[in-house]
Amino acid sequence: MLTLTSDIRTPYHRLRAGVKLAALCVATVALFWLDSVPGMAAGLTAVAALYLVPGWRFLREGIALLKPVWFFVALVVVWHAVMGQTMAGLIIALRLIAAVALANLVTMTTRFDDLTDVVMWLLTPLRKLGANTAPLGFAIVLVVRFIPVLMDKAHKLIDAWRARSARRVGWQIALPITLIAIDDAEHVAEALRARGGLTPPQDP
Amino acid sequence: MERQITLIALFAALIAVLGLVPKFTLASGIPITAQGMGIMLCGTVLGARRGALAVLLFLGLVALGLPLLAGGRGGLGVFAGPTVGFLIGWPIAAFVTGWITGQMRNTPVFLAALIASIIGGILVPYIPGILGMTAMLDMSLTQATVSMAPFIPGDLIKAGLAAALTASLYKARPASVLSRA
Repeated sequence: MLTLTSDIRTPYHRLRAGVKLAALCVATVALFWLDSVPGMAAGLTAVAALYLVPGWRFLREGIALLKPVWFFVALVVVWHAVMGQTMAGLIIALRLIAAVALANLVTMTTRFDDLTDVVMWLLTPLRKLGANTAPLGFAIVLVVRFIPVLMDKAHKLIDAWRARSARRVGWQIALPITLIAIDDAEHVAEALRARGGLTPPQDP
Repeated sequence: MERQITLIALFAALIAVLGLVPKFTLASGIPITAQGMGIMLCGTVLGARRGALAVLLFLGLVALGLPLLAGGRGGLGVFAGPTVGFLIGWPIAAFVTGWITGQMRNTPVFLAALIASIIGGILVPYIPGILGMTAMLDMSLTQATVSMAPFIPGDLIKAGLAAALTASLYKARPASVLSRA
């Protein structure tokens, strides 16, 4: 399954996922405290330095992940320049790049399973209170499995349409795709119930 | 319970798959995608609470680093970006859409789902979305609101499709349309 985790091994991979998430929270709050252009520039330089520790290739990979942000950066800078507040615009733009880049850094260097474990750990208080948190873990696994299955079935239906009709595939294809998916979900639910279900066994 | 969880997981997966439908980008930059229709469907088919849970599950997986948002975006970075308001708005949108669909039990499914999708699926997510853009980009409220106007026609098409799909689903699998069950 496609993920955003980087193939390049970095020292950050060895850090605990929970530690990285906590550090990310602190750093993002700090970015909002640095409210000047030199401060933000220093912050962004620090983030770039973090990306440079594993090397140039890692930095380039990080910059590629920032692609969706550039449009907003340009928008903010131009908008504030027109309003005569160029400095304020620069601060916001720099903060935006730094904050997104920091969060991406955690995503790039942390395995999906490790993050899931952090989520389950954060739910410990709920478990102590008697809530059953196992269904959440199960639901995560189900979605990850459903996505490729759904795509596969959608492709098969689209092929079937193309084989029989000269017209382009239209939105009507959405109904049979959803129907097949719902029928599958009902079968999975039935199979789960037949194998004992998700509720923990009750003491008699 | 097993049935509810599999259906919630299925719709979370459906939002992700709809994000892969080719997008067309408008002049204002944020792409128009079928993903918003997935949010509406969560509400109109699953109902308020389960619909919101399906969207939360989807967003949780995005936060954990799966590139499931339209255009292959994902990871914690999207929650630090300027469109975070819309992401916050999505579970609320699914909830309101589902709630309205549930309230209009005596209205034909298509009409109920259409009204619910327009109010819950279009109006509701724009409120936190616009507030988020004003906060993250320091724009004025009017400026941010005006910049959203080009998206409305596409949104109305999505609401129409979501309503039509819900009505056909209700005919074919009435038991699976939980908002009416």
